[in-house]
Amino acid sequence: MTTTKPLAIEARNLTKSYGDKVVLAGIDIAVPEGTVYSLLGPNGAGKTTTVQILSTLIQAGGGEAFVGGHHVTRDADEVRSAIGVTGQFAAVDTLLTGRENLQLMGRLHHLGKQETKRRTEELLERFDLVDAAKQTPATYSGGMKRRLDIAMCLMGNPRIIFLDEPTTGLDPRSRRTMWAIIRELVKGGTTIFLTTQYLEEADELADRIAVLDGGKLVAEGTPEQLKRMIPGGHISLRLHRADQVERAAQVLAASGSDIDQLTVQVPSDGSVDSLRKVLDTLDREGVEVEELTIHTPDLDDVFLSLTGQTTTAA
Amino acid sequence: MSTLGYALTDTSTMLRRQLKHMQRYPSLTVMLIGMPVVFLLLFVFVFGGTLGDGLGGMTGGRDAYLAYVTPGMLMITIAGVVQGTAIGVAMDMTQGIIDRFRTMSIARVSVLTGHVLGSMIQSFLGIAVVLGVAVALGFRPEADALDWLGLVGVIALISFGLIWLTVALGITAKSVESASNSPMFLMILPFLGSAFVPTDSMPTALQYFADYQPFTPFIEVTRSLLAGTAVEGKDLALTVAWSLALALLGYVVAKKNFNKR
Repeated sequence: MTTTKPLAIEARNLTKSYGDKVVLAGIDIAVPEGTVYSLLGPNGAGKTTTVQILSTLIQAGGGEAFVGGHHVTRDADEVRSAIGVTGQFAAVDTLLTGRENLQLMGRLHHLGKQETKRRTEELLERFDLVDAAKQTPATYSGGMKRRLDIAMCLMGNPRIIFLDEPTTGLDPRSRRTMWAIIRELVKGGTTIFLTTQYLEEADELADRIAVLDGGKLVAEGTPEQLKRMIPGGHISLRLHRADQVERAAQVLAASGSDIDQLTVQVPSDGSVDSLRKVLDTLDREGVEVEELTIHTPDLDDVFLSLTGQTTTAA
Repeated sequence: MSTLGYALTDTSTMLRRQLKHMQRYPSLTVMLIGMPVVFLLLFVFVFGGTLGDGLGGMTGGRDAYLAYVTPGMLMITIAGVVQGTAIGVAMDMTQGIIDRFRTMSIARVSVLTGHVLGSMIQSFLGIAVVLGVAVALGFRPEADALDWLGLVGVIALISFGLIWLTVALGITAKSVESASNSPMFLMILPFLGSAFVPTDSMPTALQYFADYQPFTPFIEVTRSLLAGTAVEGKDLALTVAWSLALALLGYVVAKKNFNKR
């Protein structure tokens, strides 16, 4: 047995294919206990497949994985008793009320009547679901469903939690709430494996980020390390006339321009100083700007710089 | 607690879940049990007069047919209930909650045994209602205490076999729609057996099929028990064999597919 490993999650050369389609082409993961690890990638990169393998839902094609020190296929049951999983789609019983859903989890974890009752009420309170406890999830908002989902996942006090795109499809406020919940869990010492499509989210929450693309990890590191690998953002300008586009592109050392769309892209860190410089230069040249947008680095930039492809191609 | 202990605890938890589902969504149970009642009324009052005369008994007519068709109708009731099983299992499989169960350290089979026990309860509920309606229409069972005990046992056994079969149909179905269609043949089988007319009135080839398919022995054993007459050994043997075979087949297929998904 390898129960003394300091790593909460460890995967070596994990692969998975469906027929000819390679979903995971050999990835290595190491997540120390009590940290947040984020798997960042576009749709179809293999994020969900990775979570499914690590949470014992499907078997890897090759490689080895340990969760909580237990082998995911040989000791699947031990793994299951150490983890909580919240998938992309709320895994709640739609015919049971919020409270009954939690009680169901308590009974399946064999917590006993008193403890089930106590934890149910505690979690309803903590996740702001007391008023909705008597209703079935059919009446819940997306954010409420996700909160119930996480509450169900916590009923068994898991040491390691898998969150597969926990904020996809949520409005900005529910997303903030979800982030606060995740931070709280980390404070309590829980290890979190988080997948997301949003660089901002990984940046906010994770100790380490791995970028997954086409079944391979193309980069791995702390958020700071990763951001250093990404070029700064840019300013996008829309002008009035085609000849001005050429002129502006020249004087501003533009990274790109489009005569048909009348747009020019200028590398920039988005600071007021750099903006002022750009506008001053254009003023001197007598070029009028119709529209200006500031573009901060996002997943597209990560992929552009790491793989030379935009996410839309994935 | 032992593994078996946990399996039993988890099964009872899952049964509670099924009972709550039935409470929340009673229209399915009402429809499943209402249909055989409508069938019973239809066959007794529309066809009963004519068919009863054709039975060749001493009295004939509607009353004779009521006595003849009631056991068959009880089996139709079970065939109807198990359609609900397939739908329930297939609905469960489309929900995210199943993936949650599969990532938890629970006795996996309890998800299925919860369905099986829930359907058993529906089955007995349906049998009680249909039998009650038959009695209200004038059906008088001649069964003694031992016959009733045997009847409960036989109905439990038959339900068990058919329920596991439809659990497998529900789990292998690609969608809820196909799960609601695939057990349809179970509703046809009683017609191709001794539910509505004696099989000796059928063409030879059909009669051969009718005598050995599961529903005819099911119906014949039930009929003998209700009438308080001796159960034929061959029918009892076929009933036990079919029920256990269907249950085993259903269990193996269901378990394999549940773990695979």
